[in-house]
Amino acid sequence: MLEELLFQLEMSAPQVVLGLVNGAFYALLSLGLAVIFGMLNVINFAHGAQFMMGAFVAWMLLNWAGIPYWGALILSPIIVGAFGVILERTMISRLYKLDHLYGLLLTFGLALIIEGLFRNQFGSSGLPYAPPESLTGAPLDLGFMMLPKYRVWVVVAAFAVCIATWLIIEKTRLGAYLRAATENAPLVQAFGVNVPRMVTLTYAAGVGLAALAGVLAAPIYSVNPGMGSNFIIVVFAVVVIGGMGSILGSVITGFGLGLVEGLTKVIYPEASATVIFVIMAIVLLARPAGLFGRA
Amino acid sequence: MASATTLSQAPGTSEGGAPSALPPAAPGLFGFTRAQGVALLVMIAALIVCPYFLYPQFLMKLLCFALFACAFNLLIGYVGLLSFGHAAYFGMGSYIAAHAAKVWGLTPEVSILLGGAVGAVLGLVFGWIAIRRAGIYFAMITLALAQMVYFFCLQAPFTHGEDGIQSIPRGMLFGVIDLRADMNMYWFVAALFLLGFLLIHRIIHSPFGQVLTAIRENEPRATSLGYRTDDYKLVAFVLSAGIAGIAGGAKSITVGIATLTDVHWAMSGEVVLMTLLGGLGTLFGPVVGAGAVIAMQTYLAPFGAWVTIIQGIIFVLCVLAFRAGVVGELGRLLRVKL
Repeated sequence: MLEELLFQLEMSAPQVVLGLVNGAFYALLSLGLAVIFGMLNVINFAHGAQFMMGAFVAWMLLNWAGIPYWGALILSPIIVGAFGVILERTMISRLYKLDHLYGLLLTFGLALIIEGLFRNQFGSSGLPYAPPESLTGAPLDLGFMMLPKYRVWVVVAAFAVCIATWLIIEKTRLGAYLRAATENAPLVQAFGVNVPRMVTLTYAAGVGLAALAGVLAAPIYSVNPGMGSNFIIVVFAVVVIGGMGSILGSVITGFGLGLVEGLTKVIYPEASATVIFVIMAIVLLARPAGLFGRA
Repeated sequence: MASATTLSQAPGTSEGGAPSALPPAAPGLFGFTRAQGVALLVMIAALIVCPYFLYPQFLMKLLCFALFACAFNLLIGYVGLLSFGHAAYFGMGSYIAAHAAKVWGLTPEVSILLGGAVGAVLGLVFGWIAIRRAGIYFAMITLALAQMVYFFCLQAPFTHGEDGIQSIPRGMLFGVIDLRADMNMYWFVAALFLLGFLLIHRIIHSPFGQVLTAIRENEPRATSLGYRTDDYKLVAFVLSAGIAGIAGGAKSITVGIATLTDVHWAMSGEVVLMTLLGGLGTLFGPVVGAGAVIAMQTYLAPFGAWVTIIQGIIFVLCVLAFRAGVVGELGRLLRVKL
C-alpha cells in the first residue's frame, strides 16, 4: 500500500512541479493585470500579447544582437514596457472617462494587431530558445524525482518578483501614492502628485511584468505568436477567482491554481484544461467577489 | 404594439456601454420608427435582390452571422452586458445541429432548432453563473466559461476534435423542400434571419424589453422600482444564447461543416467586432457590421494574418474614433434612429 503510494507520488511529482511552473506564470500575469486594473480601471486584454512580445524580444535580442538570456531578462521588460508607455499615452489614456468595457475592447484590438504582426513576421510555428547554460546541466536529484534546474529558477524568480512587487506597493512611499491614487485620484493630484504620469508608469510596469513572464517562459514553451492568448484566458479566470482587490491574493491564487491544475493532470487528465474554469464557476456561486476580493 | 411601459427612457449616453444619444423617437408601426421602417424595407428588398448578383453561399454565411450579431446585440446594446463568450452558444448550436442532421438524420429545421435549444440551455447555466458579476468581470467570466466549452468540444468524441463534423447533409426542409439547391437554401436562411431579426425587435419593444433598457440605463433605479433585475438579465441572456445557437446551427447546415473555429474565442471577438462596427444598440448595426466583417474575411482571405491585423485596427478605430458605429453615425447624420 505504502509502496503504491510512493510510486504514485513519484509519478505525480513532475506534473505537480509543472503545475507550479504554470502557477508562476499565472501569478506574474494576474499580478500585472491587477496592478493595471487598480490604477487604470482597464482590463488589459493585450496582456497575453505583451507576454508573447517579451518572449519574442528575448529571442530577437539573442539572435539579432547576441544578447544572452540574463541581459534579455532585464532589457526585454524595459523594451516592452516602453511600448506600453506609447500605447497608454496615445490610446488607452483617451478612454478613462468612458465605460470600462471600451478599455477591454481597445486592448483586445491591440492584442489582435500585435499577434497578427508577429504571425506575419515569424509564422505560427514556434521558435526555439535555449535556457542559459548556468541553468541547464544536470537536473537536481530529489531522490524521488529529477528536477530540471531551469524550472526551479522560474518558480523562485517569479515568486521573488511577486514578493518584491507586493513590498513596493505595500511598504514604500511610491506604493502609498499608488494605493492612494487607486482610491481617490483627484485628491492625490491635488496634493501635487503627477497622477497621469503615475498611471502611465503603472501601465508600463504591468506590461513589463508580462514581458518578464514572457522571457521566463521562452525556454520552456516554444516562442510562438499564440503563446499569450492561450494563457490570458486562464489568467482571466484566475483573476476572477482571486478577486483583483489584493496583490498577495492574486499571487497565492496564481500559484495555487497552477498546483491544482498540475494535480488534475495526474488524477483526471481529461479535465486538466478546464479545471480552473470549473473552480471559477464554483467560486462565483459561493463567493461572487472572489476569494480575496471585496464586493 | 408600441412601447407601453411606465418607465421613461433617460436620454443621453448610457452607463452600460451603448451610446443612445438620440431621444426616443415617436413609436411608429409595430414599434418601428419611420426611418427604421424604410430601412427594413430596404433590407428586405436587398434580401430578395442580392442572390441574383452575389454568391448565395456568401450571402447565406453573412445572414447567419448577421443573426448571430443581432443576438449578441440584444445583450450589449439593450441590457449593457458585454458577453465575451458568445462563440460557446454559436459553436454548440453549430455542432449540435450538425450532429443531429448528419448522425441522427433529422430534418434541417429540427436540427437548427435543437441547436438553438442547446444554446439556450447552455446560456441558462452560464448566464446564471455570470450575472453574479457586472461590467468587466462579466466579460471575463463569459470568456472563461466559453473557453471551457472550447476544451470540451476539443475532447468530446461527437465533435471529432480537430477535424470537426464534415459534409453535413442539408436535407429536406419539412421533409419536402430539397435544400441541396442553393437558392432553396438561401430562401430558407433568409426567412430564418428575418424571423430572428423581427423576434429580437419584438423582444426589445415589449414591456420586457423596456425593463431591459431601464436596467442598462440605471440598474439601481430599476431595482428600486421593484424589478428583479437579475431575472430580467438572465432571461435576456438565455434568449440571446438561444438565438446565437440557432444562428450557429443554420451556419453549419448551410456551409456543411462545424469546426472548432465556431467555438474559439476569436469567434467571440468577431461577433463583438461586427456589432461594434455596425453600432451597439442599433437595430440594423449588427447586420451591417456582419456584412462588412464577412465580406472582409471572404475577400481578404488570401492575405492570411492581415485579416486579424485589420480586424484589430478596426477595433481600435471604432473604440477611439467612432463608438456609435457605422449605423449609429449614419443615424446621427440623418437625425433618425436606426
